[in-house]
Amino acid sequence: MSNSSSPLLEVKNLKKYFKTPKGMLHAVDDVSFTIDRGRTLGVVGESGCGKSTTGRAILRIVEPTEGEILFDGEDIRSLGKDQMRRMRTRMQIIFQDPFSSLNPRKTVSETIAEPLKLNGIITDKGKRMERVAEIMEIVGLAERLYNAYPHELDGGRRQRIGIARALALNPQFIVCDEPVSALDVSIQAQILNLMDELQEKMGLTYMFITHDLSVVHYFADDIAVMYLGRLIEKAPAKELFRNPVHPYTQALLSAIPVPSIHNQRKRILLKGEITSPVDPKPGCRFASRCPYASSRCHSEEPQLKEIAPGHFNACFLNE
Amino acid sequence: MGNTSSDLSKKYKKVSPVREVMSLLVRNKAAMAGLIFLILLVGVSLSADLLFDYESQVVEQNISERLQWPSAEHLFGTDEYGRDLLARVVHGSRLSLSVSFVSVLASLIIGGILGAVSGYYGGLLDEIIMRITDIFLAIPMTLLAMVIVAALGASTTNLIISLSLSAVPTFARIVRSSVLTVREVEYIEAAGAIGAKDGTIIFSHILPNCIGPIIVQTTLRVAAMISNTAGLSFLGLGVQAPAPEWGALLSAGRNYIRDYSYLTFIPGLAIMLTILALNLLGDGLRDALDPRLK
Repeated sequence: MSNSSSPLLEVKNLKKYFKTPKGMLHAVDDVSFTIDRGRTLGVVGESGCGKSTTGRAILRIVEPTEGEILFDGEDIRSLGKDQMRRMRTRMQIIFQDPFSSLNPRKTVSETIAEPLKLNGIITDKGKRMERVAEIMEIVGLAERLYNAYPHELDGGRRQRIGIARALALNPQFIVCDEPVSALDVSIQAQILNLMDELQEKMGLTYMFITHDLSVVHYFADDIAVMYLGRLIEKAPAKELFRNPVHPYTQALLSAIPVPSIHNQRKRILLKGEITSPVDPKPGCRFASRCPYASSRCHSEEPQLKEIAPGHFNACFLNE
Repeated sequence: MGNTSSDLSKKYKKVSPVREVMSLLVRNKAAMAGLIFLILLVGVSLSADLLFDYESQVVEQNISERLQWPSAEHLFGTDEYGRDLLARVVHGSRLSLSVSFVSVLASLIIGGILGAVSGYYGGLLDEIIMRITDIFLAIPMTLLAMVIVAALGASTTNLIISLSLSAVPTFARIVRSSVLTVREVEYIEAAGAIGAKDGTIIFSHILPNCIGPIIVQTTLRVAAMISNTAGLSFLGLGVQAPAPEWGALLSAGRNYIRDYSYLTFIPGLAIMLTILALNLLGDGLRDALDPRLK
């Protein structure tokens, strides 16, 4: 099945709509991208742009409305409940909040052992304990925390438990849903280094969801920018930072603080209201805030097009 | 690494949960007092037949000794038919405790499952279950129990059935609302992501985190059950005379409250102390079960 040259994950026209009293909320609207084996795709965007929903829809934690998700060539949307449960041993998720993502009534070892137990991977209790201790060492948790409860630990250690739980199943692909945004800056670096190391050691593929551009710059190979449910630009990280094409990406990058008084960057300040994601009008969703918007932008939806090798953009300006 | 599994299991052997909870409970003096009182009470009610003969001491009337204040001969005094109140209170504990415990347990299990299912799955199922419980909640408890007992006949079993049925909706509501708050937390999502089935998620992740309100409600309900039994017995729908039951004793003594207050005071005190003990134990148990309060 596994073909090392094909991408590990291929998402085609993924849509997730939520029914609300006011109408259909287009949380993720026609998003397509691929992630190659062993690489990291950073997904950035402001809060509410659908990046977390995209990650959850890929794992079918929330059921997608439409679209195709090919994992290692297999369409996971066609899998039954039990097949999907087996598939989840290969794709995992790390959550944003290390406080709410751990069951307060389970000890560190119970939380890490649970996936092994539930999926029948290690049925012998003694062997399972051994494996848990091994995983704890891999993620840098001291063995003495074996029977500790999450509330006794700090945010960084808790997040290591979350990582350990995801790693226990030996997955190939991990959705990281803002794994460091709830942590102190000093701890952020530790966790990022750990994730980086794990990727190298275990050949992991990451989808790294974040709103922190400096984190993604450091961490991702490719970056996808989302705006109100749409994927508007995708490029290799270096290319995107050097040569942002979409007006929204440009505004986003100009907001990164520069640590120098003399060399101030000119900030692009966005004006106007964010369009509502509920039953959006035709046209570019960014048009109401875009400094370059023309009448065409208000009536026609720009599609994602490859403008340079590996650089995709959805804007009429650069056609 | 160098850790073999036997090393690890020796080093990090988890204390059995029962022992762990007990060791925490022992530190809580109020809860221990409640527990000891309840153990004594259960012991007394189990050995009631050894202490007092049912036929000759509890039921048989002895008019010549009627309405005597507590004395060395009759520690709790005698009632209007000359029966020893201590014997009646001791034998009454059997009925009061068994009826209230059994009916609370039954309604906890039924209501708990209904509430958990309804809160976890939501949607149409939730709607159906909740509307049915609403119908039951709309009928006054006593009326409902009266209808059931009238239909099935007055007996202790039917009393238990009617009491449990009347408490099911409350338990269903409480469990449902706690499940709703826990269901949305990320660790439930995480459990799904690591391949937990619905049953595992409900019983091993959701319900343990709802235990606080459930325990509080359970202990309060036992108290309510004792007084409800008393109310129904008073109406002639519960325990039938001359069988002793705390609520029935209380309502029988009511006629003499002005001159022979011990007839109401003593059964009332028994009810109050039992409820107090249950509440103390319940509070202690809730805290002991929560690892965050260690």
